[in-house]
Amino acid sequence: MIIEEIQGLLCEKFGDKISPVEAGAVHDSCILVDPASVNAICQYLYDDERLAFDMLMCLSGLDLSPEDENLSVVYHLFSDVHLHKVAIKAVVSKENPHLPTVENIWKTANWHEREAYDLFGIVFEGHSDLRRILLPDDWEGYPLRKDYKEPDTYRGMKVPY
Amino acid sequence: MAAEGSKFIEVQPFSDEMVLSMGPQHPSTHGVLKLELRLDGEIVREAIPHIGYLHRCFEKHAENLSYPQIIPFTDRMDYIAAMNQNWGFCLAVEKMMAADEKFSGVPERAEYLRVLVGELNRIASHLLSFGTYGMDIGAFTPFLYAFRDREEILLLFEEICGARLTYNYIRIGGVSRDMPPDWLGHVKNFIDYFEPKVDEYNALLTENKIFIERTVKVAVLDEDMAINYGITGPNLRGAGKKWDLRKDEPYSIYDRFDFDVPIGHDIPRIGAVLGDCWNRYKVRMDEMKESVKIIRQILNQEIPEGPIIAQYKAVRPPAGEIFDRSEAPRGELGFYIVSDGSVKPVRLKAKSPCFTALSALQELSKGLMVADIIAIIGSIDIVMGEIDR
Repeated sequence: MIIEEIQGLLCEKFGDKISPVEAGAVHDSCILVDPASVNAICQYLYDDERLAFDMLMCLSGLDLSPEDENLSVVYHLFSDVHLHKVAIKAVVSKENPHLPTVENIWKTANWHEREAYDLFGIVFEGHSDLRRILLPDDWEGYPLRKDYKEPDTYRGMKVPY
Repeated sequence: MAAEGSKFIEVQPFSDEMVLSMGPQHPSTHGVLKLELRLDGEIVREAIPHIGYLHRCFEKHAENLSYPQIIPFTDRMDYIAAMNQNWGFCLAVEKMMAADEKFSGVPERAEYLRVLVGELNRIASHLLSFGTYGMDIGAFTPFLYAFRDREEILLLFEEICGARLTYNYIRIGGVSRDMPPDWLGHVKNFIDYFEPKVDEYNALLTENKIFIERTVKVAVLDEDMAINYGITGPNLRGAGKKWDLRKDEPYSIYDRFDFDVPIGHDIPRIGAVLGDCWNRYKVRMDEMKESVKIIRQILNQEIPEGPIIAQYKAVRPPAGEIFDRSEAPRGELGFYIVSDGSVKPVRLKAKSPCFTALSALQELSKGLMVADIIAIIGSIDIVMGEIDR
């Protein structure tokens, strides 16, 4: 199934929570979805027999520029049954980066969401164990945000060399 | 609500349970991995992995580097199979560059060289996995055999690119240098020498009674669970799923070669069941033979003459984003790249196969013995450099 068909199916079910596929993308295109209903949309993508996206290949946080007021979360899905792929994207504001977890659907999301929380500060509501994963627990700030300033010291050690 | 701070296991006082920290410096954790175990006698009630000890924020580095400068950083992710890491990254960038008309595409000769070094590195990686797994379980000899043969591959790599571990050999659009005179002869000598060795190793370790006792029916990872966890590569094939990107979504020139995709099986003779530690291990042993098959097919034909790297002005992929994956020895290595048309990526995310495999450890290890934890970690074959990035 190609992305337009998948987008059509999602539109039938969720209506205006799904944006049209951006036309003329040079590489992969994404389906932009409403962040608050990410969980319901993913559940539908997983359950529906025509879609059957049983694998979450990758979950990434995304910050495009320091001026940008938004962060995004990109889900790359793959169906082992129909061998098709799709990428869906949810945009949240930097001030209040909350969206529901998809951990209950794909267990891959557990650690990937922790990573996005760790490096971008995106909070996944309903996640069973949301804490830092790669950085130390007492690290301040979210390094992959474009406006991140590295701290002068960490536990008395000088950080920038 | 996000829980801040560390989550440590709580133990009831006066109970029989104890908490044991395994690692971060432990010879069986394949790098710096810390496992926090809640034990009831010798039974593991809970195992929480703590990772990040090798974290270098590769992704942040990448945002400040041009695309060719990122390649050496990918070497340092999975340093056991650095060629395949270079390759995975270059494949993703080349896919983006395909929209650039000044980019001439990867030449044939480079494709052959890539497959050669990629498969040699796969053998080297599986050899290391085989050797260290034996050592974890308590068999020291296979380790020496594995390193003896891996050394031969490292010598071949040293000849072709000058480095033994972090190669930086596969570049965007091709490879960095052509093979030296008679290199193919050396590869052939190695393949002739190595092919019968796999059977020897099977006799040495795979069929060993103690090894079988330690790995058979331990930590069964079935296909549904593997897919739900996003586990790929030999770990997924060990669960009986015939899925290999080289076969099912062929990239480079893999569609020209004839090879099988080994999968796990129930083997009543030794009691092995689909998806247990033994099957995951066995898939790697079988894969080495398939890699030998591919290399032999290249050696038996004429490698086309010509350039070894594509023509292009600069690596400035047109604005847009891409997710591309390739089959590294440990599973599917994905790269998510967002470009704004400049020389540096806006965002680069590496999706590591070991990262997803390790996340299943918590569920796999419940109710097993402490010694089984070692068997699981060895069988999922992790490299911490790739998990922590």
